[in-house]
Amino acid sequence: MSPAEVLDVLRARAVEVLEVAAEDVQPETSFVEDLQVDSLSLVEFTMDLEDEFGIELSEDELTDVHTIGGFADLISRRTS
Amino acid sequence: MTTTPRSVLVTGGNRGIGLATARALAEAGHRVAVTYRSQAPEGLLGVRCDVTSGEDVDRAFGEVEAEHGPVEVLVSNAGITDDQLLLRMTEESFSRVVDANLTAAFRVAKRASRSMLRARFGRLVFVSSVVALTGGAGQANYAASKAGLVGFSRSLARELGSRGITSNVVAPGFVDTDMTADLGDARKAELLKTIPLGRTATADEIAGVVAFLASDASSYVTGAVLPVDGGLGMGH
Ligand SMILES: NC(=O)c1ccc[n+]([C@@H]2O[C@H](COP(=O)([O-])OP(=O)(O)OC[C@H]3O[C@@H](n4cnc5c(N)ncnc54)[C@H](OP(=O)(O)O)[C@@H]3O)[C@@H](O)[C@H]2O)c1
Repeated sequence: MSPAEVLDVLRARAVEVLEVAAEDVQPETSFVEDLQVDSLSLVEFTMDLEDEFGIELSEDELTDVHTIGGFADLISRRTS
Repeated sequence: MTTTPRSVLVTGGNRGIGLATARALAEAGHRVAVTYRSQAPEGLLGVRCDVTSGEDVDRAFGEVEAEHGPVEVLVSNAGITDDQLLLRMTEESFSRVVDANLTAAFRVAKRASRSMLRARFGRLVFVSSVVALTGGAGQANYAASKAGLVGFSRSLARELGSRGITSNVVAPGFVDTDMTADLGDARKAELLKTIPLGRTATADEIAGVVAFLASDASSYVTGAVLPVDGGLGMGH
């Protein structure tokens, strides 16, 4: 899946799981600084996406992910 | 007070305190599953599981989910002793007891928390022991593992509380089960003198308190350590 396609899914899931507005979910949006997501919510969001895409993401892969776009790139790489 | 029926898993629910607890919870109307290693008890959903194996734990949860739905109440009860004075205690024995009593609690709680988070509801109950807080000569491995459950449970109470998940410890005193059957009469008489109620507990007396923690009545109890010990551990 391309990063753009993944981004669409990510946005829909963020609206549902993180209870944020769709227009606030942009590639450069930071989870912590912009969306004020706490660590547990981020874990829940990750779990949700793992189920959605049928993948498992390791802590190592996730340490450098801080933005929506970064997350979309990671998932895109793992699903292609 | 009525209680919402839940999907419950009791580890080590095939005998002793675990079996009494499973029966009490079934009586209260819950859908109860128990883990067993050799023989499943009658009338309860048995799932084969050695709690020292992560694979077993994962498979057992999968079986419970398929039959009863995601686990909403977890009773981590399976446990072992391997008593020995420190100077005679091997590192193997220490690690084995910690693995079965503490690391296993981590395995099952972690597995259970995923669906509890999703449901925004969960009850985690860890069966510890009075010895966790008083210590016990000859039980350094066991007491360490049981004390570990207190810090573990309280951490989960903090981590998961915002999602409607409670985490509590039950600390039984001296209970009549296979675990205590081998104590000599002299040792038993000596122990009885230290118990204000002057007697040992039946497994049902522990089960009742676990059933309370699984019920709607305990919704505001979390991070607690509930002694069920006839007064043995008072002050600890
Ligand atoms: N009895 C007491 O005085 C007392 C006091 C304080 C706390 N406790 C605690 O209460 C809990 C229950 O004790 P109990 O008196 O009912 O003991 P018990 O009669 O010896 O039963 C122990 C249970 O744990 C299970 N178990 C042990 N290791 C396991 C493993 N690796 N995987 C899966 N299951 C395992 C056993 O299954 P198997 O049948 O397959 O062996 C059994 O169901 C324990 O955590 C114990 O430390 C007991």
